[in-house]
Amino acid sequence: MDPILLARAQFAANMSFHILFPTISIALGWMLLFFRWRWLKTRTDAWLVAYRFWTKVFALTFALGVVSGITMSFQFGTNWPGYMETVGNIAGPLLGYEVLTAFFLEASFLGIMLFGHGRVSERLHFISTFLVALGTTISAFWILCLDSWMQTPVGFEVRDGVFHATSWLEILSNPSFPYRLAHMLIASSLTVAFLLAGVSAWQVLRGVGNASTGLVLRVGLTVAAVLVPLQILVGDLHGLNTLKHQPAKIAAMEAIWDTERGAPLLLFAWPDEHSRSNRWAIGIPRAGSLILAHEFDAEIQGLNDFPNAHPPVAPVFFSFRVMVGTGVLMLLTGWTGLWLYRRRGWRPDALPRPLLRLLTAMSFSGWLATLAGWYVTEIGRQPFVVYGLVRTADVASKVPAGMIASTFALYLALYVVLIVAYVAVVKYMAEKPADEGPQTPQSGTAVAAAAGAKS
Amino acid sequence: MSFDEWLPVIFMGVMGLAMLTYVVLDGYDLGVGLLMPRATEAQKDTMISTIGPFWDANETWLVLGVGILLIAFPKAHGLVLTALYLPVALMLVGLILRGVAFDFRVKAQAAHKPMWNRAFFIGSGLAAASQGWMLGHYVTGLSAGWQYQLFAAAIALALPAAYVLLGACWLILKTEDELQRRAVQWAKRAWVPVVIGMGLISLITPWVSPTVRDRWFSMPAFIALFPIPLMTVTALVAARALLNSHRVLGKLCWLPFALVVTVFMLGFFGLAYSLYPFVVMDRLTLWQAASSPDALKIILVGVAISVPAIAAYTVLAYRVFSGKARALTYA
Repeated sequence: MDPILLARAQFAANMSFHILFPTISIALGWMLLFFRWRWLKTRTDAWLVAYRFWTKVFALTFALGVVSGITMSFQFGTNWPGYMETVGNIAGPLLGYEVLTAFFLEASFLGIMLFGHGRVSERLHFISTFLVALGTTISAFWILCLDSWMQTPVGFEVRDGVFHATSWLEILSNPSFPYRLAHMLIASSLTVAFLLAGVSAWQVLRGVGNASTGLVLRVGLTVAAVLVPLQILVGDLHGLNTLKHQPAKIAAMEAIWDTERGAPLLLFAWPDEHSRSNRWAIGIPRAGSLILAHEFDAEIQGLNDFPNAHPPVAPVFFSFRVMVGTGVLMLLTGWTGLWLYRRRGWRPDALPRPLLRLLTAMSFSGWLATLAGWYVTEIGRQPFVVYGLVRTADVASKVPAGMIASTFALYLALYVVLIVAYVAVVKYMAEKPADEGPQTPQSGTAVAAAAGAKS
Repeated sequence: MSFDEWLPVIFMGVMGLAMLTYVVLDGYDLGVGLLMPRATEAQKDTMISTIGPFWDANETWLVLGVGILLIAFPKAHGLVLTALYLPVALMLVGLILRGVAFDFRVKAQAAHKPMWNRAFFIGSGLAAASQGWMLGHYVTGLSAGWQYQLFAAAIALALPAAYVLLGACWLILKTEDELQRRAVQWAKRAWVPVVIGMGLISLITPWVSPTVRDRWFSMPAFIALFPIPLMTVTALVAARALLNSHRVLGKLCWLPFALVVTVFMLGFFGLAYSLYPFVVMDRLTLWQAASSPDALKIILVGVAISVPAIAAYTVLAYRVFSGKARALTYA
């Protein structure tokens, strides 16, 4: 097999595995801060119970994010040695600042946040929780800045084939960065919203709910109902930005082969790269132009305008539909769920079983949408690693295919096991009674009282 | 030298310090992981609670070290990691197993706990042995040939022993009673292979590399450098003697750990002296491998501001969890 494709597949597998966990921990950190704050304010036990349970999920998620992140810091060198040699002067500082400003902040204060209760003041504990949440978000800032720069490179000059920064201000405000950052942070929040709602719904279904279940469900559904429409708006702005800077990606997302005015919106099609046309296409006439450029007659550039410089069409086309489809389902579920929950007087037991089952099934829907979205943007950048300037094939490693394939199989097996274990453990923890441990009694009230007395 | 020429030297120093910090801090974590199968179920939980609040941050030093290699010396990063492709992959698998097992073992069903304990041990062992393998290859300039493979294999056994010694000394510091007494026994047993391993590196590196030989065995350098091996031997002997004393269970419980850390530091400085100014022995100097001075200056600003801050909150975390380890509970 082609070593470059193998190297890409291996890197993509690692990236895909890694992003699952930060996607949860970025927003879950802030959610924990909210739970803790509500508990400090109201002294309602339910908030503390929620904090304790979701802290465990956070610890698990964070650990998986850390270990898979370490893998990536090595794979830049093992898989793409030419990448840093070419654009290292720009990518280096951005990655360096991530480690220096974010990694240590979150990793150092995580210990105090998880285990520091009773050893430090309530105030320092709250600050630690805040710093962990802040660290995850700063991390997202630097990484998305670098990724966006690779999509829409500015503020540099090339001397002897090596990139040098000319303006860090331009690099830090590169054209696609604000949209991508907002899109990802909202995606993270939605992933957590559906995880909160889904796990709570599961607890109701299994009859293992506790004082916090109804509250957490309400928080999850509310965040979902508010943020899905916002995400659609941000996604649309992001799309307009991509049309301006990366027209080939848009052409692949919509499988438009020839430049045309009034392009249709394809609901389904089978893009065929050999015949360079779509088979079995079902579309809404002119709706494509309307959505992409906000005009019925707007001209959309086709893939044939980018010979040898456009991404593989089918993966981008289908990923985009998976992302949008999941988003629409999230909108319907979020709104229906919140509306019904309110009508039933915020009593989770009174919710219809099919809704609870749907919410449970959608616990990890955020992962699906987020991964699909990343596939659109990253595969959509191909065949370049830095859009329009550096080709992926030129920076790839010379490691023999057999070596890549065998380590790839090893990583893949490990990742599958870990994802299964992660989901199983979250499910297992959700089904256990709210509090356990030798020194903590079984009821939430007693736990809260004990914890309150300690602080 | 101009400031621009100093920059790579500064980054080499920061990278070296990050790696040393990593080896010491994650070294005791990995050592504790390697000792797990020798402990009872209750002792396992105590052992985990001695490293629980720290291991995440400890591992981050590796990201900083490799990160600086990546961003300050991109050519060396590509060269080293391509040559060490397989051990790197194995180490990563080990670190992943170790890290996740740490969390899974207390959260999964009780019936699965032994499985995650095993994963914790295997992960720690795989990571430690791969790091030893990489160290062995790295100090001989990534050369190919059976004798180098054999040397790397020897270090792949010696480094885990060094981690076990460090981990056992950490447990002497952080635990009490039966577990502490056991840790003393573990430390004694790990001491011998550590001494052999350090002796092997000290003899073989100058033998395979004329550069290293000239560095160490020419006059007057030999006399000036003599304190390094002398202090190393003294620290090792003192640590071994101390393990026989009952005072190690009481007031002096911190001393074996301090002595072993001193040995690690001396070994590191010896290695740094052998290597400088090469990033890859006899093949690539740090100036040949460095990024542009402009990029290094930008990163240096961040390093100058954040590394002191990192040091400060590392100290804070260790102070919050100082003293003998208590059971960990989520807040």
